[in-house]
Amino acid sequence: MAEVQGLVNELATKLRKRKVEGSRETARLTAELFRTVISQQRVTSAALVEVVRDVGQKLIAANPVELAVGNIVRRVLRIIRDSDLSLEVGGLTLVPQGDDGDIVEEDDKPFLLSDAISQTILHQPSLVAQLESKPNLVRHFEGKADKTPRSWQFKHQIIEGVNDLIEDINTCHEQIADQALELIHQNEVILTLGHSRTVKKFLYAAKEKKRSFQVYVAEGAPKHLGHVLAKELAEKHLQTTVISDSSVFAIISRVNMVIVGVHAVMANGGVIAPVGMNMVALAAKKYAVPFVVVAGTHKLCPLFPNNPEVLLNDMRCPSELLSFGEFSDCMDYSIGSGAPLLNVVNPAFDYVPPELVSLFVTEIGGYHPSYIYRLISDYYSSEDLVLQQKPAS
Amino acid sequence: MDARRASRTVIDPKVRHVGFFTPTAEPAPSRTQSGPAIPSSPPLSESPASNSLSPVMIPPSRHLSDTVAIRTAAVPVPESALRRKDSGEQVPVGSYNPSESLLGTSPVASSPSSRVGDGTLEFSEENSVQWYRRSGSGKLASSLPGGGLESATLRTPLEVPEKSAMVVSKVQNEVPTSSEPSKAKPTKAERRALQEAQRAAKAAAQAEGRKPTPVSGGAAPSKPVKQSSQKKETQKKDTPTVASSVVASDKKGGDRPPDRRKDVPPPRMQFDDKSRVEKAKRRAVVNQTEAKNRVELFRHLPQYERGTQLPDLESKIFQLDPMHPAIYKVGLKYLAGDISGGNARCIAMLKAFQEAIRDYSTPPKKTLVRDLTAKISSYVSFFIECRPLSISMGNAVRFIKSRVAKLPISLSEAEAKSTLCSEIDRFINDKIVIADKVIVRHAATKIRDGDVLLTYGSSCVVEMIFLHAHELGKQFRVVIVDSRPKLEGQALLHRLVAKGLTCTYTHINAVSYIMHEVTRVFLGAASVLSNGTVYSRVGTACVAMVAHAFCVPVLVCCEAYKFHERVQLDSICSNELGDPDAIAKVSGRTDVNYLDNWANKENLQLLNLMYDATPADYISMIVTDYGMIPPTSVPVIVREYGREHLY
Repeated sequence: MAEVQGLVNELATKLRKRKVEGSRETARLTAELFRTVISQQRVTSAALVEVVRDVGQKLIAANPVELAVGNIVRRVLRIIRDSDLSLEVGGLTLVPQGDDGDIVEEDDKPFLLSDAISQTILHQPSLVAQLESKPNLVRHFEGKADKTPRSWQFKHQIIEGVNDLIEDINTCHEQIADQALELIHQNEVILTLGHSRTVKKFLYAAKEKKRSFQVYVAEGAPKHLGHVLAKELAEKHLQTTVISDSSVFAIISRVNMVIVGVHAVMANGGVIAPVGMNMVALAAKKYAVPFVVVAGTHKLCPLFPNNPEVLLNDMRCPSELLSFGEFSDCMDYSIGSGAPLLNVVNPAFDYVPPELVSLFVTEIGGYHPSYIYRLISDYYSSEDLVLQQKPAS
Repeated sequence: MDARRASRTVIDPKVRHVGFFTPTAEPAPSRTQSGPAIPSSPPLSESPASNSLSPVMIPPSRHLSDTVAIRTAAVPVPESALRRKDSGEQVPVGSYNPSESLLGTSPVASSPSSRVGDGTLEFSEENSVQWYRRSGSGKLASSLPGGGLESATLRTPLEVPEKSAMVVSKVQNEVPTSSEPSKAKPTKAERRALQEAQRAAKAAAQAEGRKPTPVSGGAAPSKPVKQSSQKKETQKKDTPTVASSVVASDKKGGDRPPDRRKDVPPPRMQFDDKSRVEKAKRRAVVNQTEAKNRVELFRHLPQYERGTQLPDLESKIFQLDPMHPAIYKVGLKYLAGDISGGNARCIAMLKAFQEAIRDYSTPPKKTLVRDLTAKISSYVSFFIECRPLSISMGNAVRFIKSRVAKLPISLSEAEAKSTLCSEIDRFINDKIVIADKVIVRHAATKIRDGDVLLTYGSSCVVEMIFLHAHELGKQFRVVIVDSRPKLEGQALLHRLVAKGLTCTYTHINAVSYIMHEVTRVFLGAASVLSNGTVYSRVGTACVAMVAHAFCVPVLVCCEAYKFHERVQLDSICSNELGDPDAIAKVSGRTDVNYLDNWANKENLQLLNLMYDATPADYISMIVTDYGMIPPTSVPVIVREYGREHLY
């Protein structure tokens, strides 16, 4: 038990220090951690739900902006609930949980109040059913804690499920890349910003199938990871041109398609993406260039964004923009006045509203932003949408 | 068609008051007839219309006015003025009928300004060559200060004589073709104005007769000789009788199309044209080697290896060939990037020209006008080799050449040189220094307490605006958006913070994050093109676009001498490429070194665009020395401003 706690703390620390690069890596680490946690647990599903939720909360608190953690927690919870259901179908009367995969469930979401209210009014019966469902579930779990072979089988099933999830996360790039040929034609001119492994694999896949096309890579200040991507693409004999972020508008009129990777996909179809993406999306909109987002389903977040530029953003170190010498020179001037005259803003993420996104390419296919809500109800259980339930109750 | 011309000549003078000045004259009562019929008249020209109007307007033929201008220069005007009177009193000439003659007179009614309008008509498309030629006739007013708001109003009355003369000769052309019913009889006041104008015209013609001007000569180096000689011929024919002048102008009408083609700005050097590039290379002073990994999309722009030219040129500095040392010095500074920014580059160039002119002496058996023009052209091509000219510099060069071209022959060399030097000083003062002051004064009125003002890069006029508003005691905050590779914003940040302004600094990617709190965007511009496109530091378009998306007004601050009659739709066709290595190296970040030897990778190119074109839709307002105008009014300024090269 103690070593599990240690592992949890270790990952939490990593997350807090922003040491984990990329949401896929985060998702994988989280899923693996949960696999360990679950295998160490000797309790029933109800307790398991609680444990997973606890660990999840800890991890989310470590980096609330990394939405992939929350997504994985919810996915694991869903796996637990599903395997539990499949086990108990024979033994018990089915708990009224049938609405699980429905849009209706989204009224648990904390953000869009008006939506929630309207849905509550529209679907009153199902809400009632839902409210009743939880106590039922818990009660009935308590009754069968002693059935050892069954609980073993149950746990095995969950571990299997989590393993599948990890497998999914690991292979999502390949599955997304498989669709590349259907989207990239000969002599296409593609623009991308920054560095995304999904995009890289996507372009590689098209190149390997003997498509020849041209890629413009915007460097993606302040990280300048576009340089890495450009280097890697050029090594694969793709015609690559690096441009500065400011030239995006100048170049976009000659671009056929924008393909980018994102940080998270929100329930309304908007995306949280590396900073600068909104600018690219606006320019693409202006010139009617398709703006394609490639994202694994682990990036699918069941929350609606509310002021995402501020609440779902990270402020990075100012030294990436202004060297310390410059900064202190400027600060010298403001000493007399008391209030600092200089602020340096270096956000990590941008929010791109759904109307600027043309297409999502996930490992399960391509979707329009307006369909994302449905995918969410496929992947997450409605009870888990709000993870911080304990402090509230 | 001719009647239409006349009407336009009358309308246009009001256009001078670009921006939101109150018009001084009320619209004429017949405005209803004329108003809707002016298709190309700018939004601000809702001022007095003339009585004579045709419902449909075709742009006037330019060459016609050319001939007119030439004729006014060479033809003894009194004669034609007389004829004018005749036609006013309905003496039939040719197939001319009384009612139409009334029509013809109407332009003269508001003659004081008709000349102005006429001038503006042509300059919208005319290139410099014509300005020089016209300048011959415009000598009277040339003694006036060239630019500024005040001089414009001053100038108008003095122009009367030539104008009326011109109108006169024009009317003769117009008469046969116009089939308009007469609109209104000229009022008494109008008639008096007409008479006065004619009197003045007589005087002017006499004055002009005394000193004939060099019409083409060295002034039009880029023009085929054939053209100018043809013009001379027409002039000669004009002299004896007015009747023949009509014939001549008719004849001219025949070859209009080629003439018109010459009026559009000459095409720029296209670097994908191999033969021309070779030719240019043979003449070049600066040794350029083609870059290895060139960007295919920008083949038409020069893509040379960087860093090799400077030492080479520095070593050559003592074997001074025809280049003047001052020119050489400035050229090297351009090359090294020590001088940047539209105004700074332009001023440096003008100062260098000034020095070169001071040290100039005409070689034996050559005329000053021709030789100096050739010299300046060679200097300019040297500058271009160092760094492509900005549009503002192109305008300044055009100005100098026109000044050289219209130097009166009677002037001694010393006089001519001192005239030119003072002209250059005046250009710098009027067009840049005072213009900036006017812009600052205008723009500061748009800053309110509590505003958050965003600017991009570093524009000197925007900086002056902020400082001025700060001095006025306005409470506001500045957001400086910067971008790689130049990071010009850091210097601006330094200067503003030193002056006690509260600043927020960020990079261009974060512009959509910061735009939420911004209330105004102030941008500088390298040039404003005739279709309202703002050509500026790369990234300006992004900022303007995001501001537009967030419904934040975008104010572009730009001196009017940077306006140009060219049009541009994208940032690809005409641009400048910077050093690609600047993209690979991130200053102050040693950890970013992924592209260290990018040149060895054959599939990898780096593109460092210097400028981009912001569509007019994103611009709320352009603040210039003529006031605050919408981007649609840029052609008006171009037209008006082009005229100023003349006087």
